[in-house]
Amino acid sequence: MKVLFFAALRETLQHEQVELPVALPATVALIRAALCEYFPQHQQNLNAGNALAAVNQTLATEDSEINEGDEVAFFPPVTGG
Amino acid sequence: MAEVYISVQKHDFDISHEYATLREDNRSDGAIVFFSGLVREMNQGSKVSGLSLEHYPGMTEKALHAIVDEACQRWPLNRVRLIHRIGQLAISDQIVFVAVTSSHREAAFSACHFIMDFLKSRAPFWKKEVTSDGERWVEALSKDQQALNKWQA
Repeated sequence: MKVLFFAALRETLQHEQVELPVALPATVALIRAALCEYFPQHQQNLNAGNALAAVNQTLATEDSEINEGDEVAFFPPVTGG
Repeated sequence: MAEVYISVQKHDFDISHEYATLREDNRSDGAIVFFSGLVREMNQGSKVSGLSLEHYPGMTEKALHAIVDEACQRWPLNRVRLIHRIGQLAISDQIVFVAVTSSHREAAFSACHFIMDFLKSRAPFWKKEVTSDGERWVEALSKDQQALNKWQA
């Protein structure tokens, strides 16, 4: 499944997106663990305090479910306004 | 149902035009409250020469609509206009505009404050500043997250 990245996290990981081999349905927590495995040197940037997750363009929690075709993104805490 | 206008845009906006739009053909509202946010020169201890604003196309608009919908459920609002800029901005440029109208001022003050507080913690925008030490992403502040606590029912 595809995961999108934004802002500082995209720059740190040097990827706008990755394709992860994860069985679906999954949860945000499972995807986060898979990302930590994919980017072992950036685990700190990917932990729940430093990277928020969105599923289908809505902020998600760790137990939010992810199904086939869902849009998943990870990004740093937001700083607009 | 409130009339809601939301725009995420690169170009600047004109507050006098926005204000006129909120007043136009409006016989019911006794109050307009607005907030505008600007780029300031000093931030988190460094002199800033400009900033760029990134967003998550699609999600940003969706998040802003959700925040405005929530405000409309809490207060009797008639018109809401919310503009947030993206891209390159210079010192003293306008970043954000939030305006609400209501029959009475209490609802308008509260709703404008509520929308700004939630926008700062929930809408996917990210600021990158240009400083004398180079570029840096702005850190999210815990006070912005704590600001949401006062709105818990």
